[in-house]
Amino acid sequence: MEKQKVKAGIIGTGNIGTDILMKLQRSDVLECGIFAGRNPDSVGIRRARAMGVPVSTDSIRAIEENPQCCEIVFDATSASTHCIHAPILERLNKFTIDLTPAHVGRFCVPALNMEECLQESNVNMITCGGQAVIPIVQAITEIHPDTKYIEVVATIASRSAGPGTRDNIDEFTQTTRDALTEFTGIADTKAIIILNPAEPPITMHNTIYALIEHPDMDALCRKVREAEARIRSYVPGYKIVMEPVFENGRVTTSLQVTGLGDYLPKYSGNLDIINCAAIEIAENYARQKILGGGNG
Amino acid sequence: MAKLMLFDSTLRDGNHAVRHQIRKDQIEDYCLAMDGTGVYTIIVGHGNGLGASSLQVGFSRLTEHEMLETARKNLEKTKLGAYMIPGFGTIRDNLEPAIRDGVEVFTIGCHCTEADTTKQHIEFLRKKGKEVYGVLMMYHMASAEKLLEEARKMQSYGAMGVILMDSAGASTPELVQRSISTLYEGLQIHVGFHPHNNMGMAVANAYTAYLEGADIIDGTLRGFGAGAGNCQLENVAALFEKCRIKTGIDFYRMLDASETVMPELMGREMGQEPLSIVSGQAGVFSAFKIPVQKAAEEFQVDPRDIFYELGRRKVVAGQEDMIVEVAESLSRPAGGSGNINYQLESLL
Repeated sequence: MEKQKVKAGIIGTGNIGTDILMKLQRSDVLECGIFAGRNPDSVGIRRARAMGVPVSTDSIRAIEENPQCCEIVFDATSASTHCIHAPILERLNKFTIDLTPAHVGRFCVPALNMEECLQESNVNMITCGGQAVIPIVQAITEIHPDTKYIEVVATIASRSAGPGTRDNIDEFTQTTRDALTEFTGIADTKAIIILNPAEPPITMHNTIYALIEHPDMDALCRKVREAEARIRSYVPGYKIVMEPVFENGRVTTSLQVTGLGDYLPKYSGNLDIINCAAIEIAENYARQKILGGGNG
Repeated sequence: MAKLMLFDSTLRDGNHAVRHQIRKDQIEDYCLAMDGTGVYTIIVGHGNGLGASSLQVGFSRLTEHEMLETARKNLEKTKLGAYMIPGFGTIRDNLEPAIRDGVEVFTIGCHCTEADTTKQHIEFLRKKGKEVYGVLMMYHMASAEKLLEEARKMQSYGAMGVILMDSAGASTPELVQRSISTLYEGLQIHVGFHPHNNMGMAVANAYTAYLEGADIIDGTLRGFGAGAGNCQLENVAALFEKCRIKTGIDFYRMLDASETVMPELMGREMGQEPLSIVSGQAGVFSAFKIPVQKAAEEFQVDPRDIFYELGRRKVVAGQEDMIVEVAESLSRPAGGSGNINYQLESLL
């Protein structure tokens, strides 16, 4: 007998939503119950239809009218739209994974706070930049709680930033910074987002700077490598490209994220890291709260 | 032709040249000397604009609030301006405080192909009743048609003009001609040009831009700015008046400011020293010069190689983190991309 799968709904049929859809095909606990957007001609809708996935162009209304279609919802619309969706999904009692920078629910980085997030009804995946750098930043501040200042620079290929990301560039920048402060407790943080249009497109690139008076470089390198290994368990293309170095009075380290190439090409590591993280939390929720937990 | 507007970026772009260390008394002296001279706006802040004080591009000595408040107190006739690149600054952390500090004219910039990242900020500022101009940086990296497409987006968000920024000083006169005339013919709003002087063409390029329809020239006194510097406003005023183009500038007062305030503010003369010529030719953002020099020293590599490698990688403004990575890879025995002859590569 085929194993029972939990149904997940996806709202938003752009780059993020369509990539999630592709990734769900590989899941052994999740399947797509509804793929809903607003644009009947979107590439995502056409592709989903061809795959035999239930689609709708009624966006969230599709879930309101047929709440049985899913138990978990991925919201890949936009920050302002998610603010409208959040109370509706709460009322429908759906575990909601917000992939916009709306920050309605708790910030979620699976490598750091999975268990706490499973107790929530709405979790926010911060931003792709946030998913990429926060585990490393956290590793640095764990070795050096005396870190005075943290700054991150996320550079992504223009072609991997869809209209949603562009329309939300302000929330994107602000939310990444807010999450840095929340996860490290350091008040003085900064997030910089750069779009690079070079052809062929560049792979997602992130740099982390830290101001630390007497950095223990060996311990930092070791800890950063450990964090890298942990993230690679759910984002295989995650790689430190420059180990922490001490130059010009600052600790600097950089990493790149190569995507799996599910929907957009491999340079779109930004899509992969946020989507892999979202799937990770969704699968854990499905296993622990729905399939397992003694009531399944 | 529309009335010419000179935007004065001395206290913004000039900040690059002194690693963002402009002091309060220097802002006071400059504003007092230039208020009411006829420049349209005096733009003040970190070299990369609001929200940019950072390890990536350098911390500024003063906070944004200190810079803007000081300028505000010393400007009565000339409008106070600010620049911001979305991705560096945000509405909550930077634009709202800047409005409270009395900024009247905003320029919102992005890499020349990414105009839709300015939508939220231009619309927000227009709703607040502020003057807003869009800025397309590193414009030499896109075709005239692409620039028009991006500028039209800014126009649709409510921008009152679009300024092409020659961030790398990589312009030839033909490029200026083609790009500005395309914008002038395709837009209903003001068109502006912000030249850099890496190949000694800033004032000439400003003049070409004007002839093709630009009515905003964005420059600095003494050409004070990143790398080889900017378009020197004293030259623009002198040349344009001689060509019978009205600038509305009180020329003697501008020259006085140039003589009394600028030597102290600049600390050294601007000019096309060799590394800035290399950066212009490589098409890399002029403000990379100081961090490139520092990285070259730190990793014992040739700064010219760093510039050509950055040019090869097509880095854009804001990607200063690539400098350390490139320097570090060049410093390894079989470093970087092997034994590339950077000088030859760049000319191919």
